Amino acid sequence: MDAKRIRIQNGITYGMVIAFWAVIQIMDKTGNLSSLLKGLLVPLCMYAILAVSLNLTVGILGELSLGHAGFMCLGAFSGAFFTNCMETAMPSVGLRFFLALILGAAVAGVFGLLIGIPVLRLKGDYLAIVTLAFGEIIKNLINVMYIGRDASGFHFSNKDALSMGMDETGVVIVKGAQGITGTPRAATFTIGILLLLLTLFIVLNLMHSRTGRAIMSIRDNRIAAESIGINITKYKLMAFSVSAALAGMAGVLYAHSLSTLQATSNNFGYNKSILILVFVVLGGLGNMRGSIIAAVVLTALPEMLRGLNDYRMLIYAVVLIIMTIFNSSPKAIEMRSVVMDKIRHRKTAGKEAA
Amino acid sequence: MMSFLSYFISGVSLGSVYAIIALGYTMVYGIARMLNFAHGDIIMIGGFAIFTAVTTMGLPPLAGILIGVVVCTVLGVTIERVAYRPLREASSLAVLITAIGISYLLQNVALLIFGSNSHQFTSVVNLPNLVLADGRLNISSTTIVTILSCIVIMIALTTFINRTRTGQAMLAVSEDRGAASLMGIDVNKTIAVTFAIGSALAAIAGALLCSAYPSLTPYTGSMPGIKAFTAAVFGGIGSIPGALLGGIILGVIENLSKAYISSQLSDAIVFAVLIVVLLVRPTGILGRQINEKV
Repeated sequence: MDAKRIRIQNGITYGMVIAFWAVIQIMDKTGNLSSLLKGLLVPLCMYAILAVSLNLTVGILGELSLGHAGFMCLGAFSGAFFTNCMETAMPSVGLRFFLALILGAAVAGVFGLLIGIPVLRLKGDYLAIVTLAFGEIIKNLINVMYIGRDASGFHFSNKDALSMGMDETGVVIVKGAQGITGTPRAATFTIGILLLLLTLFIVLNLMHSRTGRAIMSIRDNRIAAESIGINITKYKLMAFSVSAALAGMAGVLYAHSLSTLQATSNNFGYNKSILILVFVVLGGLGNMRGSIIAAVVLTALPEMLRGLNDYRMLIYAVVLIIMTIFNSSPKAIEMRSVVMDKIRHRKTAGKEAA
Repeated sequence: MMSFLSYFISGVSLGSVYAIIALGYTMVYGIARMLNFAHGDIIMIGGFAIFTAVTTMGLPPLAGILIGVVVCTVLGVTIERVAYRPLREASSLAVLITAIGISYLLQNVALLIFGSNSHQFTSVVNLPNLVLADGRLNISSTTIVTILSCIVIMIALTTFINRTRTGQAMLAVSEDRGAASLMGIDVNKTIAVTFAIGSALAAIAGALLCSAYPSLTPYTGSMPGIKAFTAAVFGGIGSIPGALLGGIILGVIENLSKAYISSQLSDAIVFAVLIVVLLVRPTGILGRQINEKV
């Protein structure tokens, strides 16, 4: 793709996000926004960020990761921890939220780097299961972690709040399985959209830079890339930790949209990682716009089907299976191209007749 | 010492269940090169089939297990035919997503039929417990039956693969699908047989798992499924003795860490051991090293 086309394509992606924001704003101002949809707006941004960032690992780097929710969990907890700790030192919620976003991304990024160094030596399904294992370990460790603060500083425990031995000024911030409570709900739709645009900016620029081409060359043929002098480890780690950092940022956004943050298997378990992977694969590997669309449609779909109650997840599952078979089965692809050819043929035939 | 032994034995029993489930994963992976994410949910369906037969319809446990095996075998073959076969030549990620879709589908069908409440599963084993060392070591009959079933299944499966034509065909397909089909092996049929065996084993695993941990919900199968998959990777995916070894090691580690370290952290410890093993031996304990060709 030449530079001009890339710019047009990226422009469409950014434009789509901004247009979505504008439509929602207009709907909000004119009072057409249902409360159901309103509650969905921040999660939609969060899932879109997660999908785009996972697409960097799966689509651009070509490595299957099932631990994305773990990085999101790290970001969420470090961000929420920071916001709660700094309540007295920094009264401004906005500033704390902003710094928490940076901190959450940094923590997740550093962990991505630390985990990536040993793990990225593995390939394919082995890498997938190890990333899944890391995600589960992170979730489990956070569930038994207690952090409190009193006049003499921070206290840690992996048993319960009492065993930290704090004096009477002590406040428990991270309460094991009860998680972190009382985080200000500072996350808004506009902030979510800004973060999504930032994520897109980072990932799209990385993709079309020299670094991005090096990363994609590793995906396409590792041995060939190595033989022309590309430092495999360096580029793999770079892509993996950037992806982790962005997931951490999405986690901070998530943490600031709820007043109680807990690490359960529903919100940070491997099922969540798989859900994000579904967005990436259905949206198209390496296709960031597709990731966003898939994330928005597949998050909104079960909510829109709420009227069908018990059947909604059933329909979701069937749609998922049919969509994948239709998209990827060699027979379906052949059938599609035959149908497309016929339509095209008829058009040209019609023109000739006229 | 006695309590250690009792934790150890129940760990071996849990590990035997993991090993039986892991066989399903490892055979399907070895032959079809796909991660069957829905395998854990087939266990759950097997559990519900047996539950319906035994508790609701009042059939004897053995008949219940037979019904469970038939239901799961038919289900496994149908899933393969409808959802996986069209994607035989597609990318492995597409197959993975379809398997996830099937997993959601099975869970939600079970949710619609049986509801989200937990059902009390009556153990299919009703034998007296084994009491050793003057009552200091009490081993439940379920534990013993589980370990014995695992041994029988392992021997039967190894004999089947090494001694029968179908078994040899399975080996050939896992070695090289293209060459196998040139030798006149019906690849589709062989893969269908593999799914049938894997799903039948899942039903048995479901019976044993629910006998040991009697609460049955639509999500019962998913965590043991993931753990068994971990066991399969741990032992070297594609290898049948590897599945046995991986399953038992995993079960023992899980039970001992639950008893001596922390019940909340036992999953984390299991996964940490997996990571360490894979870092030292990237293809699992008994996995074959595959050399990369340029």
